[in-house]
Amino acid sequence: MSGAAEGQKGAKQGVARGITRATLLKDLRLEWRSKDAINSMLFFSLLVVVVFSFSFDPSAEESRQIAGGLIWVAFLFAAVVALNQTWARELRNQVLDAYRVSPAPPNSLFMAKVLGNFIFVAVLEALMTPLFIIFYRLRAIGPAWQLLLVAAFGTWALVVNGTFFAAMSIRTRSREIMLPLLLFPISIPAILAMVQATAGILTGEYSARFWIVLLATYDLVFTTGCLLLFETVLNAE
Amino acid sequence: MSSNPYLFAAYAATWVIHIIYLATIRRRYARLKREIEELKK
Amino acid sequence: MRRLFPILVIFTGVLLSYAMSIALLPVVHIGGITLIGAPTEQTMGSVQRIFYYHVPSAWTAFILFFINLGASVYYLIKRCATADIVALVTAEVGVVFCTVVLVTGPIWARPVWGIWWTWDMRLTSTLVLWLIYVSYLFLRKFSSSGQTPLLAAALAVLGALCVPFVYFSIWFFRTQHPQPVMGGGGSIDPRMLHVLLVNWLAFSCFAFLVCWSRFRLEKVQREVDEAHAMRSLLDDPSAAARSMR
Repeated sequence: MSGAAEGQKGAKQGVARGITRATLLKDLRLEWRSKDAINSMLFFSLLVVVVFSFSFDPSAEESRQIAGGLIWVAFLFAAVVALNQTWARELRNQVLDAYRVSPAPPNSLFMAKVLGNFIFVAVLEALMTPLFIIFYRLRAIGPAWQLLLVAAFGTWALVVNGTFFAAMSIRTRSREIMLPLLLFPISIPAILAMVQATAGILTGEYSARFWIVLLATYDLVFTTGCLLLFETVLNAE
Repeated sequence: MSSNPYLFAAYAATWVIHIIYLATIRRRYARLKREIEELKK
Repeated sequence: MRRLFPILVIFTGVLLSYAMSIALLPVVHIGGITLIGAPTEQTMGSVQRIFYYHVPSAWTAFILFFINLGASVYYLIKRCATADIVALVTAEVGVVFCTVVLVTGPIWARPVWGIWWTWDMRLTSTLVLWLIYVSYLFLRKFSSSGQTPLLAAALAVLGALCVPFVYFSIWFFRTQHPQPVMGGGGSIDPRMLHVLLVNWLAFSCFAFLVCWSRFRLEKVQREVDEAHAMRSLLDDPSAAARSMR
């Protein structure tokens, strides 16, 4: 009896994982064909880099202090571009409605979207970081490998909340403007942590450990919260 | 009675904010009343 | 219940005027009777009296936000429309009180610290709290009426989850604010504490009254909206069906 229940549970998990994988692959393939999101994000953050570089023209010493803030602000605004269109695509042809009536678990859809956005933003960061280093003559004085942790946790924090709030904001009037209005206030602690950690590593003046731990906790708490609440938001009538 | 301008400004600002909010509630009540009249017709 | 309202209005009015007078007046003795006012602070002078409005407003705002969280969680579990109205009302009035805190804070800081604003822990975390609840009100305003309660409740829960992070991150970021009045830190003159508590009581009563009238407004408004929808449905079913879509 318990074996059968166990088997059923396992099968259910397998189905959930299958749906996540299918949705993720579909999104990646769509993006690979059009490259809409990644191109607009890249160009947008390139503009931010150039404009800031003109307006401040910092020395190497100064840019170490401000680069953390600049990089993350550029990525944050660029990420909003990708996040805004994750769900908009599913509104056409009533895909979301179809999803709602199907027995598929909502959280696997959510995870697929989060992973997809994570990959988009990670690609963006990988492409943009060299440019930042060149334009701002950056060189980390602290332990540079920690930057990888900061980037991973920071991107996850933005993307989890961003995907969740994008699902909320598509249900409002003036969708596009609503996402940053909801996302930015709640992301303030995460943004502060990313910026401080990056500045700490680049200048080598203080340890980034506290900020990395804070980011990891933030990720854990908000991933759990979003997973618990996503079904409610998806089915809100 | 103390006559510090900052003190006066802070107390005045507090009540101005509250009064503005109360005024919006009052306006919404008035609109609601009109809607009810309309409904009765 | 409704007959209680005018009595409460008068009571709150009297309490607020009493609270304001003891907050502004120094300790007065008239013919052996001590009228309890607040002693003037020695280093800051009378500017310190702003604190009798600033701190009670902050406490009231925090309590309102806390009720908002409770009502939102209750709504998520029970889907009870009253809980949704409570959440809306407490968030709105809470934002008003939070605005008072954010306005009186800099007015106090200017003569005492010499600057209007500093990115200190409490100022910043109160500002972030204010931003979160303003975004909550935006969401309520911009989402279509059927979905508003659920979306707003979800946002309220996530916003509340965010508060400890705001607090910790900014605490680590910097600290300049005077130590909290209650629980730890410096001691406070009992006469000042008395004035503070009376003001807090007065502002809590005031907040309760405002919430009450806002609650009634929202409740009747929803009934009227429903009646309007019914009316248009009866008058012209096809138009109603179109507007529902």
